[in-house]
Amino acid sequence: MKATAEAPEAELAPQAVPRRSGVRRALDAIGVQNVSLLIALVALVALIGSKHSEFFLLSNIEVIGTAIAVMGLLAIVETVVILLGGLDISVGSAAGLGSVVSAMVFTHSGATLGILAALGVGLLAGLVNGVVIVYGRVNPVVATLATLAAYKGVAQLVSNGRAQGYTGTDAAFVFIARGAIAGIPTLIWILAIVALIAHLVLRYTDLGRNIYAIGGNDTAARLAGININRYILAVYAIAGVVATLAGVLITARTGSGQPVSGSEGLELQAVTAAALGGCALQGGRGTIAGTMLAVIMLGVLDNGIILFGVNPFWQNVARGALLVIAVVIMQLRSGERRVGMPT
Amino acid sequence: MSEPILSLRGVNKSFGPVHVLHDIDFTVRAGEVTALVGDNGAGKSTLVKCIAGIHPVDSGEILFDGKPVHIHGPRDAAALGIEVVYQDLALADNLDVVQNMFLGRERLSGFLLDEAEMELAARRTLASLSVRTVKSVRTPVSSLSGGQRQTVAIAKAVLWDSKVVLLDEPTAALGVAQTRQVLDLVRRLAEQGLGVVLISHNMNDVLEVSDRIATLYLGRMAAELPTRELNHSQVVELITAGRSGDLGLARPDVVTI
Ligand SMILES: Nc1ncnc2c1ncn2[C@@H]1O[C@H](COP(=O)(O)OP(=O)(O)OP(=O)(O)O)[C@@H](O)[C@H]1O
Ligand SMILES: [Mg+2]
Repeated sequence: MKATAEAPEAELAPQAVPRRSGVRRALDAIGVQNVSLLIALVALVALIGSKHSEFFLLSNIEVIGTAIAVMGLLAIVETVVILLGGLDISVGSAAGLGSVVSAMVFTHSGATLGILAALGVGLLAGLVNGVVIVYGRVNPVVATLATLAAYKGVAQLVSNGRAQGYTGTDAAFVFIARGAIAGIPTLIWILAIVALIAHLVLRYTDLGRNIYAIGGNDTAARLAGININRYILAVYAIAGVVATLAGVLITARTGSGQPVSGSEGLELQAVTAAALGGCALQGGRGTIAGTMLAVIMLGVLDNGIILFGVNPFWQNVARGALLVIAVVIMQLRSGERRVGMPT
Repeated sequence: MSEPILSLRGVNKSFGPVHVLHDIDFTVRAGEVTALVGDNGAGKSTLVKCIAGIHPVDSGEILFDGKPVHIHGPRDAAALGIEVVYQDLALADNLDVVQNMFLGRERLSGFLLDEAEMELAARRTLASLSVRTVKSVRTPVSSLSGGQRQTVAIAKAVLWDSKVVLLDEPTAALGVAQTRQVLDLVRRLAEQGLGVVLISHNMNDVLEVSDRIATLYLGRMAAELPTRELNHSQVVELITAGRSGDLGLARPDVVTI
C-alpha cells in the first residue's frame, strides 16, 4: 500500500482513500511468498509435463485434485491453528477416528447419521484439545502430541484395529468419493468450499483479524479485550470437526472405515503444507491461498513421482526436502536471527 | 482547576501476601496531565492496571465522572472512555497501523471488516494529533521505530473519544527527539480536554509536561501536588524517602510493604 506514503494531514479529505495501481494491488493480494510458490509450481509442472505429457490429461488433473482433498482439508485447519499461534498434530489421528466412527455408525444407522456422528466426535476431540491447552495451560505441541496417541488408540479400540463397515455400495459415500457436480469431482468441491470459507473469514471478518492478532501478540490481544480462550477453544474445535470430515472422505474413498492406515502421517503433511505455504510457526503470519498452493504443489510432486516411476518411498524424502528448502528461504528472507543473536 | 474525571478512594491491592497498594487516593482531572512517579516497584503499573480492569481491586472505590464504577476488564474501562498505553507496548507486530489501532474493536459493515472506514479514521486521528512521523498507516508495526510505535499506541488510545488516557513510561525506550515528540503529544492530549496520567522516571520530563505530580512511595500515596509548587529535589526526595520537608508521609520510616 505504498501509495499512502504521504504526510497524513495532506490526505485528510474523506474521499482521499488512495487507489493502488493494478499490478501493485494484484501483487499485494497474492503476496510475495505465494508468487515464489507459483513460480516453483510452474517449474515443477513444466519439468513433469515435458517428460510425461499425460500429466496434462484432464483425468490426471482430477486424480491430483481428489488425492489432495483429504490432506488439503487438514492443511487448511492446521493453517488456522498455526495463525492463532498454536499447533495441532492430532488431526491425523482425529481423521482416523472420524473414518471408523462414520463407517461403524453407517453400518447401523445409515450414511447421514454416520457422517454426523463422525463430525460430532471431531467436535468433541477438538474441544478436548482446546480445554487441555486453555485450562490445563499445556503447550499446544505437547497437548496434541498426547491426543495424537490417544485418539489413535481410541480409533483402534473401537474398531479392534480392523477396517470397519463397507460403504462402497452406499449412494452417499459413492457420491462423495466418485461423484461430481458440474463436471467437477465432489472431493474437489468439498476442499474448495472449506478453503473458500476459511479464506473469507480470515481475510474479511473481525474473527479472522483477531486470530491474526492473537497469533501476533497474545498479550496485546488480551489487553484489547479479545477473549483469547474462546478463540482457542473454537479454533481447536473446528480443527477437530474438519479433521473428522477428512476422515469421512477417507472412508468414502477406501470404501471402509480405516482406524490408522488412511490417516497416519497426515498431520505432518498438513504442517508441511502450511509451512511451505508461508505460515510462520510462531503464529500470526500466513494465508489460506499460500497453503492451498503448497497443497497443490505437494499433490503435483506425488503425482510426478508416480509418473516417473520412482520408488514411492522417495515421496517422503521429497516432501521433507521441500519443507526444509521452503522454511530456509522463508527464514532468510524474513531476516530471522541466528540462534543466540540478540535482536 | 478543572473537575475530577476519575478518582480513586482508599484503593488497596495485594498479590497474595504482598500488599502492593495501600489506601490509595488519586485524582485525574480533565485537561490536565497528572504525573505518577515513584521508585521501581512502588506500584505505579499496578495502579494503572487496577484502573484498566486488568487487576481487580481488593477494597476501595473508583469514581468516574463522580459516580462509582466497577471495572472488571479492559472492555469495561474502554466503555467508560479509559484507555491505557502499556509499558510493554501492546501492539501486534504482524499487523499494520490501522489494524493495531482497531484491535479488538474493528469496524464492520454487515459481517465484513470496513477497511476503508477504519483507514480513514486512523489517518484522521493521527492528523488531529499532528503526527507526521508515521508515513503510511498500512505499514506493519514491526517496521516502525520505537517512537513511531509509541505514537501509534497513543493514537490508538485517543481514537475512541476517550476521556482518560493512562501512559505507562511512554518515553522509557526513546531517544531525545522521539521523547520530545511523545511529550508534545501528551501535552496535546490534555489540551484536547482529556485527563492524562503520565508515568515516567525522568524528572525533567515530568516537571516540564505535568500539571500535577502524584508520588507513590512503597505503595502509598506520599503526595499529590501541583507541579508549580514543587521543585526537582523535592520530587526526588518524595520518591526516594516518601517525605520532603513538611510534604509527604508523616512517618515514612515505619512504612513497609
Ligand atoms: N502480577 C503480580 N503478582 C505479584 N506481584 C506483583 C504483580 N505485579 C506487580 N507485583 C509486585 O507489585 C509491586 C509493584 O510493582 P509495579 O509493577 O506496580 O511497580 P512500578 O511502580 O510500575 O515499577 P517500575 O517503575 O519498575 O515499572 C512489585 O513489588 C511487584 O513485584
Ligand atoms: Mg511499571
